[in-house]
Amino acid sequence: MDTDQLIRTLAADNAHRVPRVGALLTTGLLVAAPFSILIFATFLGVRPDVMTAMHNPFFDAKFAVTLSLAIPAIIISLHLSRPEALMRGWGWLLLLPVGLLAVAIGSEAMMAPAMPMTMRLVGKNSRWCMLAIPAMSLPLLAGALFGLRHGAPSRPAQAGALAGLLSAGLAATLYASHCTDDSPLFVATWYTIATAVVTAIGAAVGSRVLRY
Amino acid sequence: MRGREDEWTDLMRSAMAGDDAAYHRLLRAVTPVLRAAARRGLARAGQPPDQAEDIVQEILLAVHLKRHTWDSEAPFAPWLFAIGRNKLIDALRRRGRRVFVNIDDFAETLPGEAPQETASAGEVTAQLNTLPQRQRDVLQSIAVDSASIKDTAAKYAMSEGAVRVALHRGLAALTAKLRDH
Repeated sequence: MDTDQLIRTLAADNAHRVPRVGALLTTGLLVAAPFSILIFATFLGVRPDVMTAMHNPFFDAKFAVTLSLAIPAIIISLHLSRPEALMRGWGWLLLLPVGLLAVAIGSEAMMAPAMPMTMRLVGKNSRWCMLAIPAMSLPLLAGALFGLRHGAPSRPAQAGALAGLLSAGLAATLYASHCTDDSPLFVATWYTIATAVVTAIGAAVGSRVLRY
Repeated sequence: MRGREDEWTDLMRSAMAGDDAAYHRLLRAVTPVLRAAARRGLARAGQPPDQAEDIVQEILLAVHLKRHTWDSEAPFAPWLFAIGRNKLIDALRRRGRRVFVNIDDFAETLPGEAPQETASAGEVTAQLNTLPQRQRDVLQSIAVDSASIKDTAAKYAMSEGAVRVALHRGLAALTAKLRDH
């Protein structure tokens, strides 16, 4: 087929329309969410003392941290779905959860400790945390990659890593309502490890499925 | 340069609004520029320039299938050249070349530098033969026989909608095969 013939064929297909990547990412996440919520409802559930916990600023801070990861990661992953887009100028958004955690850790350090530091750090749920966040992330990661596949990222592994970050951020938001470890030290350690695992999976899968 | 790129942006806006003729003109206008850049990239990697047409066709297919990622408020050329660079890098990697794609390989092409010509490329033609019968028939009819969608529908006793679906699926399948082979 010569190039003029190919061009004619492409022009004949001009009527075909694909929705925006943002719409497809939303669809992917909405389809995946029930699976993650099912894992949550079956194995975890909201902690029983949630009404009291809500008065604890460190409980609330967990949601601020996880959402300040998930929302910027969604925004950046959509930005990166355009071929000419660069990470430059956008990466600082990912420092938001880090900054919030640092402030929370600092505030906790200034208060009279309720528990010894090692206990706050290790908590009661560290193993669950490392298992539950990745498990709830996987359906969301699949949904995110489905949506982002319609984009054209110049760096598929990087875009996949962002898909990992956003799904880990969303899964961690669910997990935060279950977990009774509210110390920012716990969050900074175990949530971070769980997020890193999901991000690595996202980068590895993304480098294959997000190529265009 | 600026004039040419503004014209591309205008054509792409019309194309996205449903003007098939504008889309056809745009693809014809960008092809010589892509071809010159592909040749330059191949030459830099020590590859024969006769593979340029394969790369041009791959870029055109990617442009087509990813055009919804173009922001109609943004200029068209940077988006186009980013796809061109990515496809050139992919093509050189597949040929086992260490890749040094000059960031300006695409943007630097001067108007009039490349002659208007059309050339055949082996890879698309080869992959075309691996498509399912119906997609291949439709693509052949529109590409090679220059039939319209309507004529193609009549020829194969299909509805026009079915021809459109087969056409789009065929192009998407062709792109996937080129990427993964």
